[in-house]
Amino acid sequence: MKIMICPLNGARPVSEFVYGGEVRHAPEPARCSDAEWSDYVFNRSGSPGIKYEWWCHIASGFWFIALRDTARDVVLATYPADKARELAPVDPRS
Amino acid sequence: MFTRHESLKAAYDVVIIGAGGHGLAAAYYLARDHGIRNVAVIEKGYIGGGNTGRNTTIIRSNYLTPEGVRFYDESVRLWQDLAEDFDLNLFYSTRGHYTLAHTDSVMRTMRWRAEVNKHYGVRSEAVDAAFVRRAIPMIDMSCGGHAPILGALFHEPGAIARHDAVAWGYGRGADRRGVQIHQETEVTAIRVVGGRVVGVDTTRGPIAAPRVLCAVAGCTPRILDKVGLRTPIYVHPLQAMVSEPLKPWLDPIIVSGSLHVYVSQTARGELVMGASLDPYELHSTRSTLDFAEGLSAHMLEMFPFLSEAKVNRQWAGLADMTPDFAPIMGVTPIEGFYLDAGWGTWGFKATPVCGKTMSHTVATGHNHPLIEGFAFDRFARYELTGEKGAASVGH
Repeated sequence: MKIMICPLNGARPVSEFVYGGEVRHAPEPARCSDAEWSDYVFNRSGSPGIKYEWWCHIASGFWFIALRDTARDVVLATYPADKARELAPVDPRS
Repeated sequence: MFTRHESLKAAYDVVIIGAGGHGLAAAYYLARDHGIRNVAVIEKGYIGGGNTGRNTTIIRSNYLTPEGVRFYDESVRLWQDLAEDFDLNLFYSTRGHYTLAHTDSVMRTMRWRAEVNKHYGVRSEAVDAAFVRRAIPMIDMSCGGHAPILGALFHEPGAIARHDAVAWGYGRGADRRGVQIHQETEVTAIRVVGGRVVGVDTTRGPIAAPRVLCAVAGCTPRILDKVGLRTPIYVHPLQAMVSEPLKPWLDPIIVSGSLHVYVSQTARGELVMGASLDPYELHSTRSTLDFAEGLSAHMLEMFPFLSEAKVNRQWAGLADMTPDFAPIMGVTPIEGFYLDAGWGTWGFKATPVCGKTMSHTVATGHNHPLIEGFAFDRFARYELTGEKGAASVGH
């Protein structure tokens, strides 16, 4: 991947972006157990796959979501950040 | 060098997934020290073809936490008579290891590390700029004028070794003691019954085994998915490159966290160079121009005379990173399933001690005392082992 399509700025070199990790939902801290909370804080889905991820265009400070294949390094689509809740996989326990 | 086995046996006492340095070392010590020889090492590629053959071969024990220092120091001790153990030249070469400090805050961390090291009997000391200049006369002490070297952490036992030979030595030693190494054989499933491991399925048939050790570096999350275990491990590529061979001019190993460089010169004159992790998750060992450019720029800040030197090769490995920069080792919630993972960018130096401690753990079913700080369940207990301060470069 050398070019990222930013929803705000269009096609830009990937060196202008930083990666912010997979899109995840936090469990409700007051209601979840210690084990659920530590799972959220530390554990990750580390296997290759097609994942929704946070990315930021540094020059404009614009955060957005990219759907990327982490085995092939191909971005399949990008979305504005307000799609996060809609797109992220919902934790079955919440 | 290795026996080729036409078929897998129906059952083994132990199955080790991954014929890299760590897996083969565990097999070797299981056979040599624990008398467990009915062992299969299952490798989807070839011996030492993963991170074992892709690292920059630096061996050191100048870590930050007591757990880390004790563990890596035992490894450095084991390294020193390994060639004799194997009857194979590992090109183990003690060079001295300098971690350069370009700022006061880094100098402070160097003093801290030196004191922790000395307390555990590891030879490390914080040295000043004049000391660094004498040890590395070819370095530009101002680093291009914007990152002047104030001093360093000098670690006298710092060494390099021939990485392929390490895998071959452990592999051959295990092979001669009856361990079966099966290359080009991939584990497709791990069978667990009632919370207990009972065997694995492979591309060459099923195997029954009451104990399975997973030592697969960047493939760890994929293997753990097969048994439903979650960990904090995330995978980023780590790239490295070597220059054309040059006359010997660099004796010590040089690391600069601020400039994101580590470099040593091999016996045949090549400069082996590495830098930070790639900036995002990826499960591919491709090389990038960004990396070669960035690393070269920082190399030239320290050694401007290298501007005409050519890069010969560039490659990548898959680093299984953890949030506290310490590995994840030992028993897991699945009985009989053991893990040697989370070795990120720092696993080569630990090969011997991982083999020793994991073989003990597999043989006895209990974590070896040296790996207690690296336990699988430390995250659930919020008891991390913070080694980030001793990572060779800023990640």
